[in-house]
Amino acid sequence: MRPPTNYQSRSLRLNSAWRYAVNHLVTGLAILSTVLVIVPLVAILAYLIYKGASSLNLDFFTHIPAPVGETGGGMANSMVGSAIVLALASSMGIPVGIAAGVYLAEYGQGKLLAMAVRFTADVLNGIPSIVMGIAAYSLIVMQQMHFSAFSGGVALAIMMVPTITRTTEEMLMTVPHAIREAALGLGVPKWRTVLSVSLRTASPGIITGCMLAFARVAGETAPLLFTAFGNQFWSFKLNEPIAALPLQIYVYAISPYDEWHRLAWAGALVLILMIMVSVTLVRIYAGRGALKGAS
Amino acid sequence: MSLEREPEPSTPPTAPMTQTEAPLHAPAIVNFVTSAEPVAADGPSSPIRQYLNTCSNGGLADKSFAALMLVCALSIFAIVLFILTILIVRSKLSLAQFGFGFFLRSAWDPVSGDFGALPFIFGTLATSFLALAMAVPLALGVAIFLSELCPARLRAPISFLTELLAAIPSVVYGLWAVFVLVPIMRDQLGPWLLKYLGWTGFFGGYNFGVGLLTASIILAIMILPIISSITRDIMQAVPTSQREAVLALGATRWEMIRTGVLRNARIGIVGAVILGLGRALGETMAVTMVIGNHPVISKSLFAPGYTLASVIANEFTEATGDLYLSSLIEIGLALFLVTIVVNAIARALVWAVTRGAPARVN
Repeated sequence: MRPPTNYQSRSLRLNSAWRYAVNHLVTGLAILSTVLVIVPLVAILAYLIYKGASSLNLDFFTHIPAPVGETGGGMANSMVGSAIVLALASSMGIPVGIAAGVYLAEYGQGKLLAMAVRFTADVLNGIPSIVMGIAAYSLIVMQQMHFSAFSGGVALAIMMVPTITRTTEEMLMTVPHAIREAALGLGVPKWRTVLSVSLRTASPGIITGCMLAFARVAGETAPLLFTAFGNQFWSFKLNEPIAALPLQIYVYAISPYDEWHRLAWAGALVLILMIMVSVTLVRIYAGRGALKGAS
Repeated sequence: MSLEREPEPSTPPTAPMTQTEAPLHAPAIVNFVTSAEPVAADGPSSPIRQYLNTCSNGGLADKSFAALMLVCALSIFAIVLFILTILIVRSKLSLAQFGFGFFLRSAWDPVSGDFGALPFIFGTLATSFLALAMAVPLALGVAIFLSELCPARLRAPISFLTELLAAIPSVVYGLWAVFVLVPIMRDQLGPWLLKYLGWTGFFGGYNFGVGLLTASIILAIMILPIISSITRDIMQAVPTSQREAVLALGATRWEMIRTGVLRNARIGIVGAVILGLGRALGETMAVTMVIGNHPVISKSLFAPGYTLASVIANEFTEATGDLYLSSLIEIGLALFLVTIVVNAIARALVWAVTRGAPARVN
């Protein structure tokens, strides 16, 4: 008969000690890496707020850029320009994105075509933004022979579509079937069921998706470089070059003038505040569980 | 659509009425059913029937709505195909002039019209893989911490912070890198690396602060949240029973994570890493601002470089001559194809684990 294992034997105890040491080591490393990730974020945010807040003043919101060598000036035209380009992008990207999401969730369940669309949307989501810029340039700017706000809007709209499609689909999938069946059972046509029941129930989640897509393209610079192009003056026309906040930040950041650097920091702070406020609002809105009423 | 109910003597009995009367006069139902047709036939007097006659049966509206949704869904294909076509058409000149050799030549001379993409490919690959090498271990650590170790109270704020990191625009990272990271590289980190790791040969030459290494660091910071949040989702998709089974065998927590979680999630984690690679390959603004923008292939990581995306960003609007522009568009085409392949592989791997769960927004 084999003698009972001596659990106090040196080798077993060493083995456990080693295992526990590794366990603690890895735990420590995981915590360390989390700290290492949080630190740059806090550093970036803190520095941004410090530099941005000290450069921000009322002129920033009311003036257009001053000529080189003069102090003062602001980015009022860039903010308005950004708003115009983003409104254009949203008006094109949001309906298409939501409709594609509706197809995936309501009509395409289990179809190969829907799988292919889903996959393509995910792949499109990962295509570099600068490629969208080239596409919009080749399509619109090359035809018209001048840069335009419209082409910038198209480039950003293309970027919004896949994100919105996927979130819309995800949110529609959470709508219980019983609600749809109740509507269909009352004799409501399917299109009406989709619009008034499914989309309406899922609307908080879909709005969240749209806001996140919006926040993502709001900071995009690369697709605007050769579509919207930027403008030092006021412009409200859709077929003319228009200023945009991220673009202006880029131009000012790589310029050699201290005054422009100051404005770049202020612009970055405004941009990031805009994005963060929208993301946070969305998070609160979505976190309140608007879909809970449906289930 | 509101169905107005006007009680009239000639109206066929409504549903509640038949129900209440059913137990008393059972034949009444039969009577109603059989008489329904005649009532409708000779009854223009029935407002309900009139109303129903005025509206279509919804077939047309339903079909056109479904078709509209289908068209919008197909437009996603159309977008991808359209981008591909237009990039090929616009880069025809350079495709014809240089052929495939375009990607193997290192000349970039707009004056004499001699173009090759090799330095940009080198710069893109070098910065992306360096960034991955820095970001992946950290991202794994963060994902493990968030998914397995983190106290529930800290999980939401830390997830929120890392996702906030993903929401910062590229140009703001670039701004920070230009004014904070570049001086640190130039004055502190660079000399330190030269002193202790100079013997490897990767840290030679003059250190300007801008260059491949600086670009890689900022790229690493940018792709970290993407990799870590997807990895965390994938790890959380591993069933709890797997963890419990390993723990029940007497494993320590790390052994549980290694054998129970990481081994099950490994395909998805590879997918997340490739997704990060896709993002790194196409990242434009922040890299353009700190890489130095000089088309050379150098062994030293301090040396300035150039990436596919940043050469487009820098030179596209200044491109004089059709061949120059066409070469830049061909670079865009290469970037497009490479990122499509990389993303398709990554998505397939992530899907294999999460079973087609929708992708994260950031």
